[in-house]
Amino acid sequence: MSSKLVVNSNINGQDVEFLIEPQQSLLEILRDAFGLTGTKEGCNDGNCGACSVLFDNRLVNACLVLGVEIEGRKVVTVEGLANINELHPVQEAFVVEDGLQCGYCTPGFIVSTKALLDQNPDPSDDEIRFWLAGNLCRCTGYDKIVKAVRHAARLMNEAR
Amino acid sequence: MKDFTYVSPSSIGEVVGLLSENEGCAALLAGGTDLLVQLRNTNSDVDVVIDVKKISQLNDISYDVDNGLSVGAAVPCSQIYQSDIILEKYPIIIDAASIIGGKAIQNRASFGGNVCNSSPSGDAIGAMMALGATCEIVGSNGVRTVPINEFFIAPGKNILMTDEILVALKVPPPKQYSGSGYIRFTPRAEMDIAVAGVGSYLEVDRKSDQILSARIALVAVAPTPVLSTSVAQMLIGNTPIENTIQMAASLAQESISPITDVRGTAAQRKHLIGVLTKRSLNLAVSRVK
Amino acid sequence: MNNSMVSMDKHRSVGTRPERIDAKEKVTGSALFGTDIMMPGMLHGRILRSPHAHARIISINTANAESMSGVFAVVTANDLPEADDMKEKLGESTINYKFLRDNNLASDKVLYVGHAVAALAAETPDIAENALELIEVEYEILDPVLDVRESMSTELKILHEQLRTLGSTNDKSTNVAQHIHHVKGDPSLGFDEADVIIEREFITAPVHQSYLEPHAATATWGKDGNLTIYASTQGAFVTRRQVSQLLQYPMSKIKVIPTEVGGAFGGKNPTYVEVPASLLSYKTAKPVRVVMSREEVILGTGPGSGTSIKVKMGAKKSGKITAAQAELCYEAGAYPGSPVDPGSMAIFAAYDIPNGQIDGYDVLVNKPRVAAYRAPGAPQAAFACEQVIDELASSIAMDGIEFRMMNAASEGTERINGKLHKSIAIKEILGIIDDHPHYNEPIQGPYQGRGVAIGFWDNWGARSSVDINVNSDGTVNLISGSVDLTGSRTTVAMQAADVLEIPLEKVKSSMVDTDSISYADTSAGSRTTMATGKAAVEAAYDVIGKLKLEIASLWNVSIDSIRYANGVFSSNKGKDTNMTFQELAGKLSGQVTGHGNVNVEDWAGAGGGTIVDVEVDPDTGQIKILKCTVIQNAGKAIHPGQVEGQMQGGVVQGIGWALYEGYEYDKNGKVLNANLLDYKLPTALDVPNIDAVIIEKPFPSNPYGARGVGETPIISPAPAIANAVQKALGVRLHRLPMTPSRILEEIGITSE
Repeated sequence: MSSKLVVNSNINGQDVEFLIEPQQSLLEILRDAFGLTGTKEGCNDGNCGACSVLFDNRLVNACLVLGVEIEGRKVVTVEGLANINELHPVQEAFVVEDGLQCGYCTPGFIVSTKALLDQNPDPSDDEIRFWLAGNLCRCTGYDKIVKAVRHAARLMNEAR
Repeated sequence: MKDFTYVSPSSIGEVVGLLSENEGCAALLAGGTDLLVQLRNTNSDVDVVIDVKKISQLNDISYDVDNGLSVGAAVPCSQIYQSDIILEKYPIIIDAASIIGGKAIQNRASFGGNVCNSSPSGDAIGAMMALGATCEIVGSNGVRTVPINEFFIAPGKNILMTDEILVALKVPPPKQYSGSGYIRFTPRAEMDIAVAGVGSYLEVDRKSDQILSARIALVAVAPTPVLSTSVAQMLIGNTPIENTIQMAASLAQESISPITDVRGTAAQRKHLIGVLTKRSLNLAVSRVK
Repeated sequence: MNNSMVSMDKHRSVGTRPERIDAKEKVTGSALFGTDIMMPGMLHGRILRSPHAHARIISINTANAESMSGVFAVVTANDLPEADDMKEKLGESTINYKFLRDNNLASDKVLYVGHAVAALAAETPDIAENALELIEVEYEILDPVLDVRESMSTELKILHEQLRTLGSTNDKSTNVAQHIHHVKGDPSLGFDEADVIIEREFITAPVHQSYLEPHAATATWGKDGNLTIYASTQGAFVTRRQVSQLLQYPMSKIKVIPTEVGGAFGGKNPTYVEVPASLLSYKTAKPVRVVMSREEVILGTGPGSGTSIKVKMGAKKSGKITAAQAELCYEAGAYPGSPVDPGSMAIFAAYDIPNGQIDGYDVLVNKPRVAAYRAPGAPQAAFACEQVIDELASSIAMDGIEFRMMNAASEGTERINGKLHKSIAIKEILGIIDDHPHYNEPIQGPYQGRGVAIGFWDNWGARSSVDINVNSDGTVNLISGSVDLTGSRTTVAMQAADVLEIPLEKVKSSMVDTDSISYADTSAGSRTTMATGKAAVEAAYDVIGKLKLEIASLWNVSIDSIRYANGVFSSNKGKDTNMTFQELAGKLSGQVTGHGNVNVEDWAGAGGGTIVDVEVDPDTGQIKILKCTVIQNAGKAIHPGQVEGQMQGGVVQGIGWALYEGYEYDKNGKVLNANLLDYKLPTALDVPNIDAVIIEKPFPSNPYGARGVGETPIISPAPAIANAVQKALGVRLHRLPMTPSRILEEIGITSE
């Protein structure tokens, strides 16, 4: 068996140091080592977006990143979007607009939406749908998710 | 996933050394969007994963008027479509970069990876073939440059020796009055894989409007993406009018013998190649400048 | 039981759109799903699956895997007791425990690629995965049968030698597990009377429920003999029942704790991973978690039936249907139990048909044993029926809505299976479609078409349990035995809050484990908000009744003199004539718990319809959904936002079924698309915003008039799209999914 490696990183604003086997994915590390189970596994091959996280502020699928790759880098998961006991405006909007049903894909959608709105504060419905095409939802039919994203954009623009 | 050793060297020399040491049992990691899936799903014999993202040469996009564009093999798609120079001079590259996977994939997946994965359905390959790109390869015996249409052997197989790494894709500076475009067909609007794709490049004579040179890359209709020389030859000397484009489409269809698989039927692919040849040629013509 | 409806003036929460009780936990990633459960010392279980579609197991050698470092135990069917040859209804499908046992772990034969053969537990997921390769299984490979029609006639490729057709006297080995037969009137006379007869055959591929959360269970078998299972299941009690039957272990010693469920749609009623996890925990004395991969989910669970359906319908030129006949052949997969029965009930349910015949066949094929999928059996049936209806209408040059209206079923209509319709709203739905701006606006361009279809689903009632405990600060705790799939904790609490006449914020609503409350049937059949809501109403009335007793004794007045209105108790006798719910809660002499245990035997189905505009690219065969409106009778929309969500989600699943989804097999029975790249679910970019129109025709036997809403919306999208494609291109698709390559074939551009 290959030897474990020490990785230093920053996850949700906290500097962390951990031991890892090289073949462990970022998804496994977040869930199993850090208990950050908000990041979900839906397919483990990059086709569902349930494991969306921000990696140096860029949206990635955690299942397609090796844990060792976050050495010296910054990772933000759904758990790290807002301060304790607060909701991020994107989270708030998904609650208000009923933008979730079973909730399993929801953390991925929320992280993906955050990445969208950071880049495009006022997206059209088409732009929202294009951006979110990498996140599968089986429950909602996407209608209320799109509304939630628009709502989140309003909240974030008002706060600016 | 089976265990392996992970290394992240900072120079190409180190990579070549590692590749030589671990002959055939090393894999190069750039975006990982294909590699991680393969390491999970197959009976992988990979003992060493070499992360090449710390090598600056592989992460650069550069352009100069004499040598044209160089895209480092590990540059992710999102960096490619955010490049002003590519947007201005090589819109066909944007065509491909913006349809590979979704946004999360595009932040990781590289053109170099798409080329080295050597899938018959590689969108980046279709675009790069149409542009006449070359592959800059470094190995124990030094540097060699191979035209991209000579890079592929079979599905998942290419000419890279076990000690070689693809460093960059080089594209000549755009000719005046040239245009290019890549169009694929997928059942879903996005987040999908090409049933067929066509990349087209045209250079026209400003006065006569005759086509001076052309390259038509056909994707997902042969064991590897291919350049259709017959279509290119037919186009040269003609003007890019509807009739010419229709002839090119028919010729493209005749030039292929696609297979039926889970992603599409042979007849569908043959038909689509005609449709997509037309559409990509029209797109290329519309972009001639 | 209080059978009267809750008066409208009490509807304070009901009919509004409060924030969902579980929403914050879910948007922050805190909610714990089955895949998220972790226990100290937990092992990781993995399942070895068959690479063959049909084979006899000669031997299984687990020695090498057992001796691998990090592996703690391996189990096979030999570790399971014999199961009873006994059928039981589990939600919307029936299972036989003997077959369920073999589906959990194969004994003598494997019957599909992906069939579970053995399971092991190891220290890490990677070790478990790698150890699977060390289990040696020797197979004698047999010919698989994959086509439903071939399977009905074959005498050679028999899955179960001992199987005989239920409903037939034939004593030969067969793959036809059941023949359902219904006749009404005189079909041949009816067809003789017809001016026009349309007869068509339709084929639909198996489709997967494709919940985003894979199956997951974590089992701990304690030294005290108590088995505790955290399961991602639609029904904690039906999971307990199955585990109890398969392990031949007392129900009282099995506690199933339902986790948050990441989608189910019918597919999380049968057990798959719970029993292997339990056996492995028993052998290792450690907690064992088994989580499936996506490939395992596609290969080893679900799907919804693939079908071959023939429909023949006749009508007068005046527009009246004279006769209808259907032959429905539904794939059951490896073991009996396709939804051909509900499919047969659904196929002509929206219409008043004087003469009819339905023959349904439950047919085994070498594919995974099907599971219920949202209105099981109905979307396939509607795809067939609603296209023939459209064709009949156009053949007599009548508008499709007018034709449907002329033949629509209504309350009292006798169905072909002899049952009478209760209160239904098919005509109202057709009226709304007819008047809807979407139906009346002009089509915008070439290769565009508009299609309409309707559907009806019978829903379900069954048993639900709710307890409400009153706290001294005036808040209450509501616990339910029903698993909350998509918001029922909230919708059930809303109904209780209105009866208790307290704000919803004062009701904490939870789902609890099987040790903590009495039996509840599974959350299926669109029943939870309706039936568990009824249990909550009953529990709330029980609370009010007990509080009245308390206050009567406090005030020393007769209980008959106590009134409760607007959250205040009052009496027309004595001095202290007013006391709020909260005040009384603080003065209780003892504990007040309201119980609501119901078995809802009187429930109502729900009709719905879809209007859809498509545009087809005639060069590529790609269908784009331009616009979509969905209409549904909710009886009473307890939480309109949640009802709209069910409708929109159901429609998009229907769009997936129509355009993208379907298992692809090679001739050996290997699945060619067992991943989410090649098994294509619709993305946000493939569907438009979906306008949801709720109509409320109350069902009087429910306290609020509510009907089930979850399933109906998946029924009509596929035929509506097919009808729209016919308008756009002039060709009719008789096969699902309507892929671009099939469109190209239909319009004659390609041929295979």
